[in-house]
Amino acid sequence: MPKLTIDGTEIEVEAGTTILQAAEQLGIEIPRFCYHERLAIAGNCRMCLVEVEKMPKPVASCAQPVGEGMVVHTNNAAVRKARQGVMEFLLINHPLDCPICDQGGECDLQDQAMAYGGDRGRYREDKRAVEDKDYGPLVQTWMTRCIQCTRCIRFITEIAGTPVLGGLYRSDHLEVSKYVNSALSSELSGNLIDLCPVGALTNKPAAYTYRAWELNKTESVDAMDGLGAAIRIDARGNEVVRVLPRINDDINEEWLGDRSRFACDGLKRQRLDRPYVRRDGGLKPASWNEAFAAIAAVLKGIPGAKIAAIAGDQTDCETLVAAKDLLVSLGSAHIDCRQDGAALDAAVRASYLFNSTIAGIEEADAVLVIGANPRKEAPVLNARLRKRWLKGGFKAAVVGPKADLTFGHDWLGDQASVLADLAAGKHPFMDVLKAARKPALILGQGALARADGAAILGLARKIADAAGMVTDGWNGFNVLHTAAARVGGLDLGFVPGAGGRNAAAIVDGAAKGDIAAVFLLGADEVDMKGFGNAFVVYLGSHGDAGAHRADVVLPGSAYTEKNATYVNTEGRVQRTRLAVFPPGEAREDWKVIRALSDVLGKPLGYDTPKQVRERLAAVNPLFATLDTVTPAAWGAFGTAGTVGDTPLASAIDNFYQTDPISRASKVMAECTAAFGCGCNHSKKTGTHG
Amino acid sequence: MSNHSEPTSFAFTAENLEKAKKVIARYPAGRQQSAVMPLLDLAQRQDGWVSRATIEAVGTMLEMAPMRVEEVATFYTMYNLKPVGKHHVQVCTNICCLLRGSDGVGAVAQEALGVGWGETTADGMFTLSEVECLGACVNAPMMQINDDYYEDLTADSTRKILDALKRGETPKPGSQTGRQFSAPEGGPTTLIKTGEKA
Repeated sequence: MPKLTIDGTEIEVEAGTTILQAAEQLGIEIPRFCYHERLAIAGNCRMCLVEVEKMPKPVASCAQPVGEGMVVHTNNAAVRKARQGVMEFLLINHPLDCPICDQGGECDLQDQAMAYGGDRGRYREDKRAVEDKDYGPLVQTWMTRCIQCTRCIRFITEIAGTPVLGGLYRSDHLEVSKYVNSALSSELSGNLIDLCPVGALTNKPAAYTYRAWELNKTESVDAMDGLGAAIRIDARGNEVVRVLPRINDDINEEWLGDRSRFACDGLKRQRLDRPYVRRDGGLKPASWNEAFAAIAAVLKGIPGAKIAAIAGDQTDCETLVAAKDLLVSLGSAHIDCRQDGAALDAAVRASYLFNSTIAGIEEADAVLVIGANPRKEAPVLNARLRKRWLKGGFKAAVVGPKADLTFGHDWLGDQASVLADLAAGKHPFMDVLKAARKPALILGQGALARADGAAILGLARKIADAAGMVTDGWNGFNVLHTAAARVGGLDLGFVPGAGGRNAAAIVDGAAKGDIAAVFLLGADEVDMKGFGNAFVVYLGSHGDAGAHRADVVLPGSAYTEKNATYVNTEGRVQRTRLAVFPPGEAREDWKVIRALSDVLGKPLGYDTPKQVRERLAAVNPLFATLDTVTPAAWGAFGTAGTVGDTPLASAIDNFYQTDPISRASKVMAECTAAFGCGCNHSKKTGTHG
Repeated sequence: MSNHSEPTSFAFTAENLEKAKKVIARYPAGRQQSAVMPLLDLAQRQDGWVSRATIEAVGTMLEMAPMRVEEVATFYTMYNLKPVGKHHVQVCTNICCLLRGSDGVGAVAQEALGVGWGETTADGMFTLSEVECLGACVNAPMMQINDDYYEDLTADSTRKILDALKRGETPKPGSQTGRQFSAPEGGPTTLIKTGEKA
C-alpha cells in the first residue's frame, strides 16, 4: 500500500486510490465538479487541481492515482491560483444568472466561486449560448448554464442504463444533448437534477416555486414503493415542495425513483380534509363527532363476525395495529393487508422478505426474476442489479414480463410452467443457479397475486432449495414488495384470524350480505363495486376509489404528515417524520382509530405515540429494532399444486401511477402522457441480452 | 442538420458490408465499438454523407447506443452531417494559408461555383466548405477536393482546377506550381552534388 503525504500529513492508502479520495480520508476537501464517487472518473472540469512535488504542472487529483512517496499540496498559493484560473474559464460562458436560477443557494459553482472566483470578469467577448433541450416533464434544462462536467451523461449511461444523453460537437460548440429519437424515460431521471452541479438541470415541476434556503428539511423514509428509500422532504410552510434522496447505502445509495420524487404534488390534490357521511345518496361534509356517530349507529346492530377490514398499500404499522386490535375487540377475524390477494404467508417471515437484503443482492452471482419487472417496481433496486451485472460474473434470467431491464438477462418466457421445469431441474438455467456461489431469486407480486399464487410461492421455494439459495449466512430467496405497508402488515399479523376471510372473501361476503361493514384503511385497489350493500368506512388521505364508495369518509394523513412506522421489503423497520401537517381536519390515522374505539365502547389501551409503539413491539418484538435487518428463519411455506397458463405479469402497469398520491399527481399524469408507462424505449439501448 | 430530407434507412452494399466486417474483425471480440470511425467513413464513402439512419445502423452493427455514434460523428468535422455535392471542395483558411492568399482562393471558388461557404451548387456537383488547417501548411494555400489535396494555389490555378472538374476531367492533385511535394520552389537547394555544400 503506497504511502504519501498530503498537506504535511502522512497517509497510507490502497493502491489505485486517487489523490482526491486519499485527501478525503484525511478530511481534506478538494473542490470538484465532474468527480462523483458513484460515477466513472472523467477528469474534465479541472477544478480539483493539486500540486504534487516533482510533477511539472498541477494535476487533476480526481484522476491521479496515488504513488509511493508523493508529496501533495492541496491548498497552497500555486494550487489556489490554478483553481482560480479554472474557475475564471468556467465562468466565461456561464450566464451568472444566479438571482433567477433555481439552483441558487445550493449550487456547487456558486459555492466554489465564493472561494475561487474573481470579483470581476475580464472577459469582454460574447458569451456562448446553448439551445435548451426537451428532457420531458420532470427535468428542466438551461443548457447555457452547463459547465460540461458530463455527470448527467455518465449517470444515465452507467447507473440508469439508458444511454440517451451525450456530448455533441466539440470544443466551444460542445453541447450536452439527448438523442433525438428517444425520450428521457428513465425511472431514475430525477437524479440528474441532484447530480448537476450547476443549474443546467433543475426540477421542472417545482420551477420558480422556492429558494433553497426557505425550505424546512425533514429527514424521512419513502412510502411510495416497498424499498423504503431514505428521503428528505423539503417543505415551505405547510406545503411539500420537493422530495430528495438521502444517502443510505443499505437501500438506495443516493438515488430515488421518479415516482417517489415527483409525485409530491399529489399530496396537495384530491385530499380528504374533513369527514364525510353519505346522506341521501351523496357524501356530505360532517364533523368528526357526526361521522363517528354514524359509524357507531351502524356497527351497534352488527355482530363482530360481520365486520371486516382491508388495509391498503401505504398504511403505517401504528394504524395497522390499532385497527387489528379494534377489529379483534369487536369480535372480527376478517382482516387482511393483502388487498391485491397475493399469496403471502404471514406465518413464515422468510417467505415474504427480501432476505438477501437490497445491498446484499450485489453479492449474488446468479439471479432468477419471477413475475416482476424490477425496473418498474423498484427502480433503485434495478440500478443495483445493473451495477452488479456491470461488475461481471453475473447471470440473470426472467420468468415473467419481457422488458428492457438495463441489465443483461435471459428471458425464459412468461409461463409459470417454466418454474415447474426449473424446480424439477429440467431447465438449463437451473444448472446456472446450482453452479452459482450465491444464487438468488426475486419473486414479484405479479406472480403471487393470482389464483395459483400459493403454488408459485411453493415452486419458488422448491427452486430456492434445489439451487442451494439458503445456506449459512446467505438467503437468496427474495420477495419484492411494491407496497410500503405490506411487510409491516404481515409482521403484525394483519391477516385473517381463525375462520377469518381474506380480502377477496371479504368483498365476496359483502356482496352476499355475510359481511355488513368494511373498514378500508387507505385501500383503493380492491373491487369497490363488489361491496354490495355493505357499510363502508374509508380512512385515508385521498379521495380515490375507496372514498367514492364509502358511506363514511375519515380523513387521514399521508406519509409526509406523520411520524409513522413502515417495514420495507427487507424487513427493515423504519420511521417517517412529520414534515407538514395533514390538511384541514385530517388526523394521524391511528389516532382516528383510537378515537373511534372510544365511541364504539371498545377503548384501545394506548393514547400516545410511545404507547402505540410499545404495543407494536409487544405484538412483534422486531418493532423494537429500528433501521436494522434481522435475518428471518427459513421454514416451510407455499403449496404444491398446478399452475395456470396465464402469463406472468408485473404487479405494476404504469410506473408513474400506482397509489392514491401518484394518481392525484398532475406531474405523474404528464409523465404517463410523455413516457407511457415506463421502460418503453423504442430504441435498443445496447444492454440487451 | 436542416433543410434536407433524412433517409429512413441505411444499409451497406454487399461489397461494403464485407469491408465493414473486415474492419470489425481487426479488433478483439467485445471491442467492436473501436470500429465506429472506419465504419462511419465507409458509410460516408458510400452515401456521401452520414445521415441519422447511418448513425443508427452503425450503432446497431457495433452494439452501441446511437448517442455514442452521434458523439463521434459530430466531433469530427470530416463526417458530413448533411449531403454534399459530388466534389466536396474544402478550402483551408487557417493562418498559413491565409498569409499565403487563401482569401483569393476562396473568392475565386465562390465566384466559379456560384455558391457561398457551406452551400451546394444547384446541380449537386459541388459543395464549398471553409475548413481549418488540413496539415499542408508548407504548400499553402491549399484546398482538399474529396480525397485529393491541391496545393500552392493561386486564383488562376484554383479556377483551372474547378473548371476541369466541371468538364468532368480529373486535374492533377498536389502542388500546382510543379514542385515535387514540398521541395523548395525552384528546385533543390541542398544536396545538389554529392559531397558539396550548396
